[in-house]
Amino acid sequence: MLDKMIIGRYVPANSLLHRMDPRAKLLLVFLFVCVVFLANNFVSYGLLAVFTILLISVSKIPLRYLYNGLKPIFFLIVFTFLLHILFTKEGELLFEYGWFAIYKGGLIQGLFISIRFTLLILVTSLLTLTTTPISITDGMEELLGPLKKWKMPVHELALMMSIALRFIPTLMEETEKIMKAQTARGVDFSSGPIKERVKSIVPLLVPLFVSSFKRAEELATAMESRGYRGGEGRTKYRQLNWKTSDSLLMVSLGLLTVMLVLLRS
Amino acid sequence: MRITLDDVEYRYQVNTPFEHLALHDVNISMEQGTYTAIIGHTGSGKSTLLQHLNALLKPTKGRVFIGDRTIEAGRKEKALRPIRQKVGIVFQFPEHQLFDETVEKDICFGPMNFGVSENDAKQLARKAIAQVGLSEEILVKSPFDLSGGQMRRVAIAGVLAMEPEVLVLDEPTAGLDPRGRKEIMDMFYELHKREGISTILVTHSMEDAAKYADDIIIMHQGTVFKKGTPQEIFSDPEQLLELGLDVPDTVRFQLKLQKELGVRFDHPCLNIGDLAIEIDKAMKRGNR
Ligand SMILES: Nc1ncnc2c1ncn2[C@@H]1O[C@H](COP(=O)(O)OP(=O)(O)O)[C@@H](O)[C@H]1O
Ligand SMILES: [Mg+2]
Repeated sequence: MLDKMIIGRYVPANSLLHRMDPRAKLLLVFLFVCVVFLANNFVSYGLLAVFTILLISVSKIPLRYLYNGLKPIFFLIVFTFLLHILFTKEGELLFEYGWFAIYKGGLIQGLFISIRFTLLILVTSLLTLTTTPISITDGMEELLGPLKKWKMPVHELALMMSIALRFIPTLMEETEKIMKAQTARGVDFSSGPIKERVKSIVPLLVPLFVSSFKRAEELATAMESRGYRGGEGRTKYRQLNWKTSDSLLMVSLGLLTVMLVLLRS
Repeated sequence: MRITLDDVEYRYQVNTPFEHLALHDVNISMEQGTYTAIIGHTGSGKSTLLQHLNALLKPTKGRVFIGDRTIEAGRKEKALRPIRQKVGIVFQFPEHQLFDETVEKDICFGPMNFGVSENDAKQLARKAIAQVGLSEEILVKSPFDLSGGQMRRVAIAGVLAMEPEVLVLDEPTAGLDPRGRKEIMDMFYELHKREGISTILVTHSMEDAAKYADDIIIMHQGTVFKKGTPQEIFSDPEQLLELGLDVPDTVRFQLKLQKELGVRFDHPCLNIGDLAIEIDKAMKRGNR
């Protein structure tokens, strides 16, 4: 039922993107998210798309898997597209029927926003698909390291993030299990009147909460009994190492930014 | 109600990098009113198989016949609720599915989903709670205030109250103490005998399988390795031991006698009484 979700999922493989330093990948995602907003015409959006496609191709993630994983988000994209078509009344009038009118500005805006949205989701998914939660956390902690000087609880934040990422698949599995158990007791999660379906959430959520709290408590006990005391003086077992390919990725992102600035219209 | 699996294959997460062939070439049949035990290592596909018995999973190839219904790969099925009522599944660690304020409400949940009125459901709850060996006082308590063993029994009562024709049990006694284990297994067996409920039990205990089941199915790496009556299954104990599976103590003892002292037996003995008689016979034959 939830098998197809790709958000927060890691696909083990040995591609170039998999081997890259998590810091490089985190920076890539962060900068990409900013850079996307530089694009404002078809050529620059095309350029962004090409860059994303290149990233996907070096990640060795099967296209069909990505596509299936994005399906649940399609309706959001279509929804924003439609909103723009309906409510942006700029530029040439292309089509009119009673109160319903499509303007060129709205169409283009809608298209751009949908492309932007898709690219952002693709690139962020690539990060989690090619990086284990633990390396994402390590990378995050390193990148935010300087903030420790200002008493930012960087280590704790990173830990919270890694626990959250770690338990997403577990929670999904658990959800599926409980859904199955309640389905066997006659609950219908997928059809029937809305009122019934909303009611069927309770037998799903209560067991999920109960087991999540129980798990949190067990995790805390396990950490404490192994002497966990927070980040102070803690050494790292996994060392990050920044390679030439990571620098190259940054350079290519820099080039992309320059081109996007030049292409702005 | 008879349940038949015809050439069933099941793949998890088809078309993803995580695609996993969990079942293949499964051909089995469970007749009305029989007690079937399914045995196999962890990961051999037992739980996946069970979920086909009430159409929680649809085969990715092949067909499943449940009573007069047919579940076929690649075909949409509607109105599965009647199947769910007739085939009750007690999942592994069923206490994880408890959610309601009181034990009574939780037990009534299943029957009421299948259209039983509140009053009748309460009646069923009272009957079910007695069946699992708990007192009626527990009905007003919160299920989360109970001990692990009591929660297990309440969850089982929740399935029994649905009055299924077929009862499917996925390692129902895992993690219980020996006494609780025996009580629950005896309870299921009595129910099977008294009310003629077809029972399908997944277990790791060869003793239980030998003691209760009419038929045994051995699963190995996603397919049926062997099926037959306990007599047939245990007639070649070495084959099972090679797979890393267990055999009942009595059969193990026979094997030892045969190997070390050369005693010959005509059939595997599944309880101590039978074993004693057979040893006595063998001694009288004097073939040692
Ligand atoms: N939701 C799932 N997604 C992917 N693979 C699964 C899923 N559930 C079970 N499997 C795999 O299918 C195989 C059979 O599992 P299962 O039926 O649970 O075995 P058993 O109950 O005999 O231990 C195992 O290899 C398991 O890892
Ligand atoms: Mg199992």
